[in-house]
This record gives sequence, C-alpha cells and structure tokens, in this order.
Amino acid sequence: MSLLDVTDLRVSFPTADGVVQAVRGVSFSVDTGRTLGIVGESGSGKTVLTQTLLGLTPGSQVSGTAMFNGVNLIGLGPDQMRRIRGEQIAVVFQDPLTSLHPLYRVGWQIAEMIRAHDKSVSRKQARERAIDLLGRVGIPQPSRRVDDYPHQFSGGMRQRAMIAMALSLSPKLIIADEPTTALDATVQAQILDLLLRLQQESDTALIMITHDLGVIADIADEVMVMYAGRAAEKASKHDIFYAPHHPYTKGLLESIPRSSAAADRLKPITGQPPSLIHLPSGCAFHPRCAYVMDRCLTEEPQLRSVGDAGAHKSACWLPAAAIGTAEAAEAARRRAVGEGRHAAAARVAEEIAASPEGSVIA
Amino acid sequence: MALARFLVRRVLTGILVLWLVATGTFFLFFARPVLVVARGLAGRAASPQVIQQVIRDLGLDQPLMVQYGHFLNRLFLHLDFGYSYYNGESVKTIIAQDIPITASVVVGGVVLWLIVGLSVGIISATRPRSLFDRVSTVGVLAGLSAPTFVIGELLIIAIFVPLNQHGFSWIQTGYYPLSQGVIPWMGHMILPWVTLATVQAAVYTRLSRGSLIDTLGEDYIRTARAKGLSERRVVFRHGVRAALTPVVSQLGVDIGGLLGGVVVVEQVFGLSGLGQDSVQAIATGNLPVIIGFVIVAAAFVVVANIVVDMCYALLDPRVRLT
Repeated sequence: MSLLDVTDLRVSFPTADGVVQAVRGVSFSVDTGRTLGIVGESGSGKTVLTQTLLGLTPGSQVSGTAMFNGVNLIGLGPDQMRRIRGEQIAVVFQDPLTSLHPLYRVGWQIAEMIRAHDKSVSRKQARERAIDLLGRVGIPQPSRRVDDYPHQFSGGMRQRAMIAMALSLSPKLIIADEPTTALDATVQAQILDLLLRLQQESDTALIMITHDLGVIADIADEVMVMYAGRAAEKASKHDIFYAPHHPYTKGLLESIPRSSAAADRLKPITGQPPSLIHLPSGCAFHPRCAYVMDRCLTEEPQLRSVGDAGAHKSACWLPAAAIGTAEAAEAARRRAVGEGRHAAAARVAEEIAASPEGSVIA
Repeated sequence: MALARFLVRRVLTGILVLWLVATGTFFLFFARPVLVVARGLAGRAASPQVIQQVIRDLGLDQPLMVQYGHFLNRLFLHLDFGYSYYNGESVKTIIAQDIPITASVVVGGVVLWLIVGLSVGIISATRPRSLFDRVSTVGVLAGLSAPTFVIGELLIIAIFVPLNQHGFSWIQTGYYPLSQGVIPWMGHMILPWVTLATVQAAVYTRLSRGSLIDTLGEDYIRTARAKGLSERRVVFRHGVRAALTPVVSQLGVDIGGLLGGVVVVEQVFGLSGLGQDSVQAIATGNLPVIIGFVIVAAAFVVVANIVVDMCYALLDPRVRLT
C-alpha cells in the first residue's frame, strides 16, 4: 500500500452559472521517498485536486477516497484534519509573497506552526528550530534573518522560508503547488535543487504540481498529465518524455523550447482549455485534438494500459501501438484517424485546421 | 530615531496647518471695514460708545497686517484666544471647561461602538450570508439611516423619562464630572454614548466586515489553515490582525473630527461641550469664541492624524515613518 492512495476523486463547485466540475474522477498514488509530478494547464484541476486532500476548498462537493497512512482524508472532521495539516502533509504554495503573512516575522510564522502541533515546545525552542530550519534551506545568517518580515526577503528567500516551514514538522508528504512559477529562472533551479535534496535527506513523498515540463524533467519519478479535471496520461517520467501516447501530452512536449531543435518553430496546442461548467461531449480534448475521430465526440475514453509494463496509462481512443514519437507510431496514428474519422469528426478537424496556428492530421 | 524625526516633521507640518487655519479665520473675520468688525466683536446691541471703545481697545484702527501680527502673537505665543463679549469670560477657560464634556461623550462612544461594530463585523464576516449576517446587514442599514437627533430623542422618551418616573434615577441627562464619581458620570453619559455609538457602530460593522472578508480570501490565510492552526487562531491572529489597519485609520479620523464637537448629541442631552457652545457662539455671532473653537477643532484633527500614522506604523511593519 502506498503512502497516499487517491481513488476516483471528484470535486465540484456549485456556482450561480452552473456546477464547475473541477476534478472528475482522478486516481493516483504516491509512495514514500517518491515524487509525483502533476502537469496541466491553468484550470485543469491540479491545484483543486491537492487542496481538496487537505480540505482547503471551501464550498466544494467532494466524493471518492484518499487513503493517507490508513486514514481517509475525504470527509475528515476539522480536528483530525488540523492534526494532519502541516504535521503529516505540508504545502508549499505558488506565490511566497502573498502566502506568507505580511505582518508577522518569518521566524514567528515558522515557530507558530511548530507550536500549533506540539504545545510542549517553548517559544524559545521553537525559535531555535526556526533558525535551524532557515539555515538548512540556505538562508544566510539565519539567526539574524529569523526576525525579518517577509517583505525584507527576496522572492527566492521567501520561497526558501516557505519550504523551511513545510519541513518544520518532518511531514510524510509535501505538496508543492507550482513553487517556482513566481520566481526568476535561476532561482527556480535553486529551489528545485533544494526540494530534491531535502526530499532525499528525509525520505519524504512529494507531489509537484506544475505546468512546466522542465520542472517535471528535473524532479519527478512518476507523472500524471491532467486535462479538464481528469488524468489524460499517467506514466513514469521516462515514458512521458520518450513514449507519450495521449495527443495532449505530445502537444505539451512539442510546445517546449529545446536548444537542440532551435531552428524548429514551436508547435502550440490550438484553442483554449474548455469551460469546466460546459464540458465538451466525449473526450474533453477533442475540440483541440489533431487526431480527432468520430468516437472521441461521443464516448469519453477511460485510462487504460498502453505500454508494455502496464504502468503506462492513457485515456485516448488511439490504439495502444500509437505510442512514442517514432515514425511507426505516427503512422499508426494516421491509420487510426483514416479509419475512425468521418462526417462529424471531419467537421471538428476542419475547425481546428482553420484556427490560427492550427494543424490536423488529414 | 526614525520616530523622533517623524514626530518633529509632523508637529512642524501640524503647526503649519494650524497657522493656515488661523490665518484663514483671521482674514475671514477681520478683512472687513473696521466698523463691521467692531460691531461683530462688541455684540449686536452695542452702543456707538462701546463700539469706539472696542476699536480702541483691540487696536482695530491699526493696519490689518499689524493686527494680524498681534493676533498670531497672542494665539501661538500666549495661547490667548481673547474674551467672549457675551460675559467677558476668557475663551481659553470656556474651551478648558468644554473639552472634558466632549471628550467624555466621544471616548465612551468610541469604546461602545468599537465593541459592537467590531464584534458584529467579525461574526458577520466569518459567517457570510448566514442569518446573523443578514440581520446585521439590515441593522447596519437602519443604524446608518437613523438621524442622531431622532435616536437621542427616542432614548429620552423611551428610557430616561419612564425610568426616572419610576424612581430609577441612575440614568440622567446633563453633565456630571468624572472626577466626582465614575458611576454617576456613566449614568449621565450612557444615553449620549448609545446615541453616538448607534450610527458609528453601523459604519464600523460594515467597515470591519468588508475588511475581514477581503483578508480571509488572502493567500496567507490559506497558508495559516494549511499549517494546521485552529480556525479561531486563523480568524483572529491572522485575519482580524490584518483587517484592523483600515479600521484604525478610519477611527483616528473619526475621533479627531468628533472631538471638534458632537453637536447634535450635546444639544439633545443638554451637555455644554465644544459642539453646543460652538453652535451657540455662531448663533450669537460671538467672534472670539468662534475663532477659538475653529483652531481647537483643527488642532484635534492634526493630532489625530499624527497618532493614526504612528499606529499605522506599529500595526504594519511595511509602513515606514518618514
């Protein structure tokens, strides 16, 4: 059994405009010492998914289970949830400037968390531990900086402080929600190195949420690609980069700049992510998919094994053989599209082709 | 060090403001034909002899700028506001008598409206759209819409009169000095406090509710929850603490303005504080008293602003006093 086993998690928000289906039946697991990368565009449900685990999505309707260390996190009472938050599962949020309280000293904010979970720690001890933690995450002169306010820290240092806070109770799982998005490129690399080093030191499980495949390449063991509230593809990091099956994953890979192919133009994925209130019929990705087929318009594909080992899963109607970036795989895709695309899907394909930057497989 | 430099700067600008106010007031009243001014200063029914006397005594026949110099000299170097022509009393004495009365009304009112406004605001903000929130929103609207003189009269008719008729005489109108007993002082002040606090509590309920709802939507509140803090600690230590800043700045402005005179409340409850006396001075054209009150009111606003800025820096470390 894994440290965290999430099964068929669904999260929706009733709003005045309709029900927002933020997460639509996602399952995954994370093991101790491993890193799960969750990739997706804005609005794909990746943040809601993880915040739901800690009950941080007020006003949501949740179903499914999330077994953490033998406890189901979904529907946990406020007191039990409070003991898990911070102590068992810690979160590093995206924007460290707005995520730290502007009116309290950084060290106080770390000490507060330590003392919230262990009343026997004195203020002085908590402060000492905060200094120690700030030193561990690479903040210079921690015994002086512990009394600084967040606005006196640089962006990278703030995120280091957030990480120090997340580490302070040696949690079993750390959820890092786009921890590098708000930072400069050089600082991003430092923060990722830091997270990786700390994770290896303490054998913590890590969920890394990002929209940046570069971050995944640096840090993840397993990867889950999310689209419109569902898992489009789940695989090891190697398979995601070298043997993608889902056209969305393939599209993400083709839209990252590579120094080795600097001459090629980047291929963006056409169109916009769908509205989570009015989802497209069938496969939610079909209005943007270059390989759209007739059944994609009516039937929603479920995750199924596509690779040899069985760990590689994709929710796409393309044949299992159509995997990877090789010529043969592309030929398999073309063949499937040739057989599976008739009147209805052909119209969708024409619309995609007509949009700016659009290209479809004929 | 920063605080000392800030204080010096702000006191100097405060004096500049007071000088401007004094100058404006002076020219408004004195840059007129000598006879008009003298008649104003001597009172409406003064005889020609008295008017000539006033012109000689106050030097109104001297050039305007010389008079202005004397005026500033008396005002800023001797704190001498002149004498009420009505009864010859020194304006300084009148102000000194009025300040404790007005301050009693304002300070008690502030405490009361803060207690009510903040607690209702906080409860509403933590339970938005609940029954409590809806009722309090209606209450706020009612409080804001009710004129002070109506509330005051209502309290007198509905509470003061029947209680006193039935021999319960703690609640009184008029003024009773604090130095002669806290309990009777409160008995005299309670109705003015309630009157003043009703409108202001509504303002502060709305202000604190809005501010706290905004704050509770901030990322750092989510962080506080993710840290595993109790909900009470999240709301009070993290939410209310940050939501307090706009409330404090509003409070400073309000106190400064109210000390200049809570006219209606004083009038309704027969308190001869700054508000009532200034209205009387204007009604009778008592020029020296009017000038004195204008400058005292301006001084309260100036001081309140300095205090607010200092509180701001205490509450928010990002604010630097310069």
